[in-house]
Amino acid sequence: MADSYARSLISSAQLNRARGKIVYRIVLTVVIVIFTLIFIGPLYFLFTDGLKSTQEAIAAPPTLYPHALHPSSYSRAWGEFSLGRLLLNTLYYAFGALAFQLVFDVAAAYSLSRLRPALGNVVLAMMVATLMIPAMVLIVPLYITVAHLPIVNISLIGSPAAIWLPSVANGFNIFLLKRFFDSIPAELTEAATIDGASPLRVLRSIIIPISRPILAVVSIFSLVAVWKDFLWPLLVEGGFNPPRETLNVGIWTASQTAPENMVLAASAIAAVPTIIFFLIFQRNILAGLTAGGVRG
Amino acid sequence: MADLVTARKADTLPPARSAAGGRAARGRAARKLVPEARRNLSAYGFLIGAVLCFALFSWYPMVREIIMSFQKTQLGVTSWAGLVNYRRIFNDPTFWTAWRNTLEFTLLALLLGFAVPFFVAILLNELRHAKGYLRCLVYLPVMLPPASALLLFSYFYDPTYGLFNDILHTLHLPTSQWVLSSGTRWPTAAMISVVIAATWMNMGGATLIYLAALQNIPGELYEAAELDGAGIVKKIRHITIPQTKLVLSMLLMLQIIATMQMFVEAFILDGGQGVNNNTESVVYLIYQYAFAMSSASNFNSAAALGVVLLVVLATFSGGYVWLTRTRDR
Repeated sequence: MADSYARSLISSAQLNRARGKIVYRIVLTVVIVIFTLIFIGPLYFLFTDGLKSTQEAIAAPPTLYPHALHPSSYSRAWGEFSLGRLLLNTLYYAFGALAFQLVFDVAAAYSLSRLRPALGNVVLAMMVATLMIPAMVLIVPLYITVAHLPIVNISLIGSPAAIWLPSVANGFNIFLLKRFFDSIPAELTEAATIDGASPLRVLRSIIIPISRPILAVVSIFSLVAVWKDFLWPLLVEGGFNPPRETLNVGIWTASQTAPENMVLAASAIAAVPTIIFFLIFQRNILAGLTAGGVRG
Repeated sequence: MADLVTARKADTLPPARSAAGGRAARGRAARKLVPEARRNLSAYGFLIGAVLCFALFSWYPMVREIIMSFQKTQLGVTSWAGLVNYRRIFNDPTFWTAWRNTLEFTLLALLLGFAVPFFVAILLNELRHAKGYLRCLVYLPVMLPPASALLLFSYFYDPTYGLFNDILHTLHLPTSQWVLSSGTRWPTAAMISVVIAATWMNMGGATLIYLAALQNIPGELYEAAELDGAGIVKKIRHITIPQTKLVLSMLLMLQIIATMQMFVEAFILDGGQGVNNNTESVVYLIYQYAFAMSSASNFNSAAALGVVLLVVLATFSGGYVWLTRTRDR
């Protein structure tokens, strides 16, 4: 399947006939136009409606483009909702969670895959089993635990650790990483061990460089997950001044009181980093989707 | 799922060790004990961070939820309460409304969010041009912060100045109140509005997974079907669907589980409840019990509701595992 085009429902022979070509051209054009309208259309309004004045934004019928440009709603939204602050918060949470996940989950998967401690299988099974527990179901006991950590008796509410540490408990990371580490030939690591390399050295110099693709997948999805999460950051970081929320929660809070044009401007600003991120990493993201072993 | 099983099987193989042969068994056992202990120690050293996080933020809350659901807290004193919490949630009329709504959302979301991506994937798979562009288009909304997308939709849904009513008006069709509709008869306009927004936001993931599955179908199957004179519909029915059955059924289960946990969509579009509670979901009710009832915030009732939801979802995934296992072998 490498070089020859994998054929699909309709054969190339059928498409190469004169009628087939015309039909294909029409279908292609219609699909491109409709898909652009459906998926880019709303984004067009997201970005242009923020440029309208407050009156124009709630005028009936709605205008298709801003009749008078008001870029000030963007700058006002940026200032009044402290979007810069929210953006920094979100980056801080997302990259912090990424760092914790990479350190702890990679170390754990390495240990389970290569060092194989006693009862490692039980630990692995219990970690992977958490994939079966829907996240929303645990939101209440998780909140109570984070608000009052057992044994050490401290509360993580309002601290970034409330987002960072629970993100480490991700069965999918462990599953993906361990499966990838298992596929690395044992000879590579054994040779290093015989030469006297410590387990940490083996992890750093052999396993991690080989595992770049899977680390990229895990990293991207962990960043996106923190960026998109809503209820959890609302519960643990909401209601502080200066705000400690994520952008996602912050623009919702702002929408409760602010006029429409400013809400839309804020939503547009919040969308920009994710769109840029997607355009840069789209290849990895689209490929990573099928990395979870969902194959036909 | 099959990968999970093989992963576990591979695990039971003994670890590779350099064999130290030719020595007396007893001396070997004694000498092996120390490196063995040391190996375990360093292995657990690597494991400890993740284990602690899993224990604190996944395993313990799981146990705690079940325990809490049988307890009550009054004036700071926690005591066993038997089935009081369960009786309370079952006697709450909104419990049944929330389940009805959640079911309605799940069914509608499957109708749209399960079938539409499949046919979109089939369509995209046929096109020889603009592939990358179309794929990016479909997936772009998945990347947006949900609040951005949903605030935009709630703007479109506005009955007076929203875009959707303007389109309906221009086409001389009756306009709608969208998420603010007060009807409670299935399918409610309010819930349909929530589902449309949710599908727009989320369909990219399923579409791309289907696309990957479609590309794994061997082309010879279609060729053979053509020789037998099969048309497009027949090819889809007899080749495409059976060949992608595994992915279809897996995504069906994942989507059921995901949609049954609907929260943020309705929460941002209409505050979570809607008019006459017609978009209130089970997870919203959990949220309400635990965090939004100013007078009687009740973690224990919320935990009981969480256990009920868990049992329902576990039944789904258990049923799925059982069904696919018997069908496979």
